[in-house]
Amino acid sequence: MIALIDYGAGNLTSVRKALTALGADFATPARPEDCAQFSALIVPGVGNFAATAALVGPWRDAIAETVRGGTPLLGICLGMQWLFEGSDEAPEVLGLGVLEGRVTRLRGDAEAGLKIPHVGWNALDFRGTARILSGLEPHAHVYFTHSYAAPVTDACVAATTHGDTFASVVERDNIFGVQFHPEKSSDAGLQIIRNFLAVTRGLSAAARGAEAEC
Amino acid sequence: MLTKRIIACMDVRDGQVVKGVQFQQLRHAGDPAELAQRYNVEGIDEVVVLDITATLESRQALARTISAVAHRIFLPLTVGGGIRKEDDAAAAVDAGADKVSINTAALSRPDLITTLARRYGSQAVIVAIDAKRRGNGFAVYVRSGTSDAARDAVEWAREAESRGAGEILLTSMDRDGTRSGFDCEMTAAVANAVNIPVIASGGAGDLDHFYDVFTSGRADAALAASIFHYDDTSVSELKKHLNARNIPVRM
Repeated sequence: MIALIDYGAGNLTSVRKALTALGADFATPARPEDCAQFSALIVPGVGNFAATAALVGPWRDAIAETVRGGTPLLGICLGMQWLFEGSDEAPEVLGLGVLEGRVTRLRGDAEAGLKIPHVGWNALDFRGTARILSGLEPHAHVYFTHSYAAPVTDACVAATTHGDTFASVVERDNIFGVQFHPEKSSDAGLQIIRNFLAVTRGLSAAARGAEAEC
Repeated sequence: MLTKRIIACMDVRDGQVVKGVQFQQLRHAGDPAELAQRYNVEGIDEVVVLDITATLESRQALARTISAVAHRIFLPLTVGGGIRKEDDAAAAVDAGADKVSINTAALSRPDLITTLARRYGSQAVIVAIDAKRRGNGFAVYVRSGTSDAARDAVEWAREAESRGAGEILLTSMDRDGTRSGFDCEMTAAVANAVNIPVIASGGAGDLDHFYDVFTSGRADAALAASIFHYDDTSVSELKKHLNARNIPVRM
C-alpha cells in the first residue's frame, strides 16, 4: 500500500487516476505516524513552495524517519523540490533536506522566447542509468509546469534545459523525484510511475523473502 | 528544448462534440472520450473541453464528460465555457480538469483570476480572449463573441497576466472556423506583450498555418478543433510536417 501524502497543495485527482490505472493500492494517511505502515510514499504537489509549510513539523519528521528506514519515496513537481534543502520561492520554509542543494527560480529569456513559467513538453537528457527511467526512450518528452527548479547534483539522473539546465529526475537509493507531471505525460509518464511501483514491489517481495528465511 | 504544443479543442454540447463556423452552424463530431483517446494515440499534447451551452443542466453533463475524458487520457486537460465563479472552477477541477479557462467572467470580475490562481496555482488558470481586428487594434468580445467588451486584447492580456493568469488562449473571431490560417499578427502582438505562454486559436486549415503561427505568430501552442475532428489532418501528420520544418514538437 502506497501513501499518497495530501497536504493541500493542488489537486490530486490526476495522480490518483494514474495510480488506479496502473493497478496500485494507495491511500492518504490521516496522521503523520501512519506513514510507517506504508510500503512507499508519494509526495505530489503543485503551486508555491510555501504550501509545503503544511508538512513542516510532525509530517516532515515522520516522512524523514520512514525514508531513513529505506521506504521508497517519489516526489512529484513541488514534492520533488521539497526533497532538497529549501527553495528561494519561500526561503523561510525548510525542505525535507534528503538531497543537498537549493531550488532556485528559472531565469528564462523573453527575447529568445523562453518564458517563465516553463510550461509544456520538454526532453529528458539522461545522465547514466536509473531504475526510475527504465524502459524510457532517450530524450523522452514529458509535461512540465513550474517556475522554480532543482540544481544538477550527483542525484540528478536526467536533466532538462529551458535556458538554465536543471534536474528533471533525481534518484538516490530509494529516493526518487520528478520535476514534471508523470500523471500528465502520457505513456512516458505512466512508465515512470510503473518503474516506481516496480521498485516498491521488489522491495516488498525482498522483505517478505527475508522474513521467510528467519 | 521546450516543444511547441498542439492542442485539440472539443466544443461540447449535451455530451457530444460539435464545431461551428464563426461561432454558428454547429455540426456533430462525436463522443468526447473516444475522440480524446484517438488524439492521444496520434500524439496530441493537450486537450481542451469547451462547454458551449453552459446552462445549469449542461453543468452536470459536463462533469460526466470531463470525468470520462480524464479517465481515458493522461494529458493536461483544460475545461472552459461558462465558468463564472469559484464553484464552477472547483466542479471542473474535481471532475478531473487540470486547468480552467475563463473568459467573460474574467473580464467582468478580474479578481476571479487571482482567486483561482491562489487556490490552484497560476498554471491552472487560462484566460481566454476572443478578439477581432478593429483599426490597428484587436477588440475583445465576450459572451461567446456577442458582446463588445470595450477592451484591447493586448492590454487585457497584460492585465490578466498581472492578475495571475498562467496562460492566454487567444482566439481570432475573424478566423474562427474559416480554415484560412491563424491571425499571426494578432497572436504575435499578444505573445510579445506577455511573459506567459500564448495559445493561438481560430483559423487552422492546413499544416503550414501551424508553421506560420509558431514562427511569425510567436505562439507557444496552437489549438484547433475541426481540422482534427473530421480526419482531414491527423495530429501525427501535422507533427511530422512541423518537425521536418525544424519546429520543435514532441514526436
